[in-house]
Amino acid sequence: MQHLSSPDIASERQVLPTTVYSPESSLSHRGELWRAMLKDLRASASLAWRFAVRDISAQYRQTLLGILWAFLTPLLTTVTWVFLSASGVVQVGETDIPYPVYVFVGTLLWGVLVESINAPLSQVTAEKSTLAKLNFPREALIVAGIYKALFNAAIRVSIVLICLPFLGVTLKLTVILFPLVLLSLILVGTALGLLVTPIGALYSDVGKILPVLMQFAMYISPVVFAMPEQGIARLVFLLNPFSSLLITGRDLLTGSSQEYVFSFLVVNALAVPVLLIGWIGYRVAMPIVIERMSS
Amino acid sequence: MSNEPLVKVEQVSKKFCKDLRRSLRYGAQDLVREMRGLHHGGSDALRPGEFWAVDDISFELTRGECIGIVGRNGAGKSSLLKVLNGLIKPDQGRVTMRGRVAALIELGAGFNPLLTARENIYVNGQILGFSKKDLQRRFDSIVEFSGIGQFLDSPVRTFSSGMKVRLGFAIAAQLEPDVLIVDEVLAVGDIGFRIKCLNRIQELLKETAVVFVSHSMPYVGRICTKVLVLEDGRCGLLTTDVAKGIDRYYGGFGWGERQDHFGAVVGIGAIRINGVLDFGSVTVQYGSDVALEMEILPQHERRTLCARLVVWNQEQRAVLDVIGQDGELFSWQSDGRDSVLSVQLRGLTLTAGKHSVSVIVSDCATKEVLCRVDNACGFLMGQHLSSAAGLFFPGEWAVGPLAIGEDRTEESACAVVSA
Repeated sequence: MQHLSSPDIASERQVLPTTVYSPESSLSHRGELWRAMLKDLRASASLAWRFAVRDISAQYRQTLLGILWAFLTPLLTTVTWVFLSASGVVQVGETDIPYPVYVFVGTLLWGVLVESINAPLSQVTAEKSTLAKLNFPREALIVAGIYKALFNAAIRVSIVLICLPFLGVTLKLTVILFPLVLLSLILVGTALGLLVTPIGALYSDVGKILPVLMQFAMYISPVVFAMPEQGIARLVFLLNPFSSLLITGRDLLTGSSQEYVFSFLVVNALAVPVLLIGWIGYRVAMPIVIERMSS
Repeated sequence: MSNEPLVKVEQVSKKFCKDLRRSLRYGAQDLVREMRGLHHGGSDALRPGEFWAVDDISFELTRGECIGIVGRNGAGKSSLLKVLNGLIKPDQGRVTMRGRVAALIELGAGFNPLLTARENIYVNGQILGFSKKDLQRRFDSIVEFSGIGQFLDSPVRTFSSGMKVRLGFAIAAQLEPDVLIVDEVLAVGDIGFRIKCLNRIQELLKETAVVFVSHSMPYVGRICTKVLVLEDGRCGLLTTDVAKGIDRYYGGFGWGERQDHFGAVVGIGAIRINGVLDFGSVTVQYGSDVALEMEILPQHERRTLCARLVVWNQEQRAVLDVIGQDGELFSWQSDGRDSVLSVQLRGLTLTAGKHSVSVIVSDCATKEVLCRVDNACGFLMGQHLSSAAGLFFPGEWAVGPLAIGEDRTEESACAVVSA
């Protein structure tokens, strides 16, 4: 954004950008809407980076363990489930790789998804006061959320890659495709997250119910449980859009056969229009949300 | 070209809802309507529980103009600003902004308390629309303007609110926008910094159209070229006569109550101004007289009493301290009986607006205040000339021929004229 005057003020002043605020819905001028969306997306790139750097550096500043927190949670989850399955309290099913690896990778991938789903709403909630006072490209918050998710994913994945050989899993060449799975988790997560943000920013019910739903979704996804062999449980797992993402990710790491590539592609293809609809909804909603949430 | 308006506000209205639950429901309804491509805010009618927070406001602003938007709390100033800044949509009307718009609304919004001032300069600067390169270039001048150089690497949460405002304004002051929106940001900060800010705004005003919201009328009087007085969301007055606008703003407040303090030894009864008891009903024209009569009700035997009046203008500045002809407090011997104290103020040259009078009676010997009545009576000075001062002083002016001779040079011409 060229918010500052260039040395050649006179020529710049010839073409003053004009902004009109009227009660008309921005959806009534589709062409303008798309142009504005793309323009704001471009303009938000560096601001989003700044937001992400700010939040990441502030995140661990008041902690003792610092960046260790990024994978401490999945590690503890793994320990819990290894204990539960070893003691026979919970039947998790047969896994083709060692169960601790299965859970560790599963919870890490799941963490990326959950974080991406939560990001848009939590970004808006955290920046409420800034949103209500300053006019900056609203896309910056979403992009910053994506940057942060990417950063956290990168840390976790490097930990996994370092740990796997010690856990008896030899990495295959397919691992170079693994980042694609991370991107698709972030794509799907952001698309879903954007979809609930407008109403979630108005009613805090959404923010309260989201973790509960995600907890439930985890149990019907191949995160800690193996893919069921048959029955209604298998159908539920198969219909669950997250399953193919998780399984494909795990298979790429361990070099297992790629059974779910097709549904993986379908889920990603469906996520794109959802993301666009969510984005439009978010843009349209922001003035309304700001009007209702600020004094 | 420069005469084209940069800000054009046409019949803008904005509804608000007092009830939170309803407000959220209307928000959800608006959201659905908006997604269906319909007009914002429903039909033009108010829904139950709603009111017009901004009602049919229009004005224009060109480069070099500064509009002061004034009004009591809740008059709709902030809502109007939010519409102007594009944060919320108008329910009716239209706002056209040309050029880059910068807003100084609550400085330091977006500061992260854990990060250092240095880091926050970059974050805040980019929120305000600087590019990274611009910020690097202007970093030193930001730090210099803020005057918090030695705390550059301390986390912002250790800053006082005044320091945060300093930092916030220093960043924003580097912007060179076409339209500047300023919302009551000068309220915090010490007087030195406030003057610095005001000077910076005035400097920007040469190339900018400024929307200035403040409760501080001296600032409005100092920098604004027109005033919009908001009264319950409606336009009470839109005028280029800034003094008149300010009077209108003050006129919106009542006279207040008479307040008596420490009246145990001496009480003050009825007070008449120009023979009238009725509070605030007297209008005094420039240069005319005012007569005050006060009933003095002593509760003691004999004492020497002193009296003085203090006249306050509408900014709550004391503009006159009325004493006796001899340059001392007026004093008299009280024999303990009720009496009437009267004073004539001849040829008053106060500036326009509401004035209220305090009466102070003290013991001449001990200087102890025996009775003080604030808001004892009030009068309205008529409109005469606009002034930011409290009092006109009719000077003795003259124009004569220039003195010839001496060692006058070209450079000292100015000094000679003023001498």
